[in-house]
Amino acid sequence: MPALLELSDVTARYGQVVALHGVSLTVEDGEIVALLGANGAGKTTTLRAVSGTVRRTGDVVLGGKRLGRATPEAVARGGVAHVPEGRGIFAELTVWENLRMGGYTVRRPDFATVLGYFPWLEERRNQQAGTLSGGEQQMLALARAFLSRPRLLMLDEPSLGLAPIITREVFRVVTELNQKEGLAVLVVEQNATVALAAAQRGYVLETGRVAVSGSAGELKSNDAVRTAYLGY
Amino acid sequence: MQTFFQTLTTGLSDGSIYGSLALALVLIYKATEVINFAQGEMAMFTTYIAWALMGHGSTFEWWAFFATLGIAFVGGAALQQTVIRPLERASVLTAVMATIALLVILNGLAAWIWSPQLEFFPSPFPTSSWVIGGVHISKQDVGTFGVVMACVLVLWLFFRFTKLGLAMRAGALNPNAARLMGVRTSWLLALGWGFAAALGAVSGMMVAPTVFLTPNMMQAVLIYAFAAAILGGLESPVGAVAGGLGLGVLLNMLGQYVHPVTTELRLPVALGILLVVLLVKPAGLFGRVVVRRV
Repeated sequence: MPALLELSDVTARYGQVVALHGVSLTVEDGEIVALLGANGAGKTTTLRAVSGTVRRTGDVVLGGKRLGRATPEAVARGGVAHVPEGRGIFAELTVWENLRMGGYTVRRPDFATVLGYFPWLEERRNQQAGTLSGGEQQMLALARAFLSRPRLLMLDEPSLGLAPIITREVFRVVTELNQKEGLAVLVVEQNATVALAAAQRGYVLETGRVAVSGSAGELKSNDAVRTAYLGY
Repeated sequence: MQTFFQTLTTGLSDGSIYGSLALALVLIYKATEVINFAQGEMAMFTTYIAWALMGHGSTFEWWAFFATLGIAFVGGAALQQTVIRPLERASVLTAVMATIALLVILNGLAAWIWSPQLEFFPSPFPTSSWVIGGVHISKQDVGTFGVVMACVLVLWLFFRFTKLGLAMRAGALNPNAARLMGVRTSWLLALGWGFAAALGAVSGMMVAPTVFLTPNMMQAVLIYAFAAAILGGLESPVGAVAGGLGLGVLLNMLGQYVHPVTTELRLPVALGILLVVLLVKPAGLFGRVVVRRV
């Protein structure tokens, strides 16, 4: 049984600037994996290398299939839902139109299940998505991603710009989707505390390489990780 | 009062043609930020195709009308894939230059294939009028307005209610996010060009009976359409149609009631109005002001 997602020696660059110097990591079915690191360590680029929104070399294997030069739309159709930096909400469209876009590749999108997790979306369905609060937009992005019935959900800094209480709520829903629906999650976070609380395993990136990896517990007790990212 | 209503219907009929071509411009502009200067010549070229299908214009045939819409759709999509798509990574200006090249090529090609002489293009509507309360309403005006507005309505329903239409709107707003949802944006752009070409074909076939068929028949119409699109804010489909209707009515009213405004002055007056509106409202009547962070 191959891993759900396997990166071996993946590099990526923006023009002349190399952002990833050979990253290897795996995500197994049904687990939450945290990708930690400072600004510019290559966390976002790692997600982009998977979804094909940056030129990559090295092997990205999804469910035993090499992605090669697959385009973002092909990767999305292959079962990866990438909630990018800034969430990628269509601000001028309504909440419901955003959700319909999430189910674009699915013949019969399961709105009922999604509304079970995000009941408030129902009453806001005709509201312009850009007028939602930051936390609501993050929830909408999650709901929309889940509607595509992904095998892997990739979240880029879901806590960005959110109050701590909203961040906890976002991670609560992510954990719930993971536990009840078996959704595998690869989450990029600067907030290591909250990410490691939800994740089973994690990787710490430094300047485009994996510096440390291990179970969430190991990372939490690792002295270097603790001082650099957890702050105690 | 009778003259007023007659002028109004003629204005709405002219305006619907400007509006539909303006809408075609807006469709492409919204999706790609490219102003398609070839929009008028594409319309002219497809009108020639309709004319050829109708046995060189002896009588109007509705099957030829719809066949032309199909040909225009396929042709527009093909142009996008072959000419515009390879320039995706170049600057917008390069693509705009390519559309100017298309304008010249299509114009020359039409003259070469069909000769540059004036040809008669049949109208689907009788030349008679209805008389309602002393007001003569031309059946041709009403018919033109009806056909164009029906096409606009079909397009609106498509964008509003179908999954593909929604994906096209989303792709125009944020192409990167749309691709992450599995939308094949490149094909949707081709689809957009197809719709724009079909809409242009409608305006061409509707205007041809009054301006006659020549390779240059759409050039003035295209300028009115530009004016209408910019009046509407260039980003707003509703604005483009409203701008076109408004411009058509205004020009006919001026021609009717302000005697110095003769046919020769129509174009300068239209552009004068455009300049004044842009001075007062730079984003157009329906546009939004774009705030750029410096």
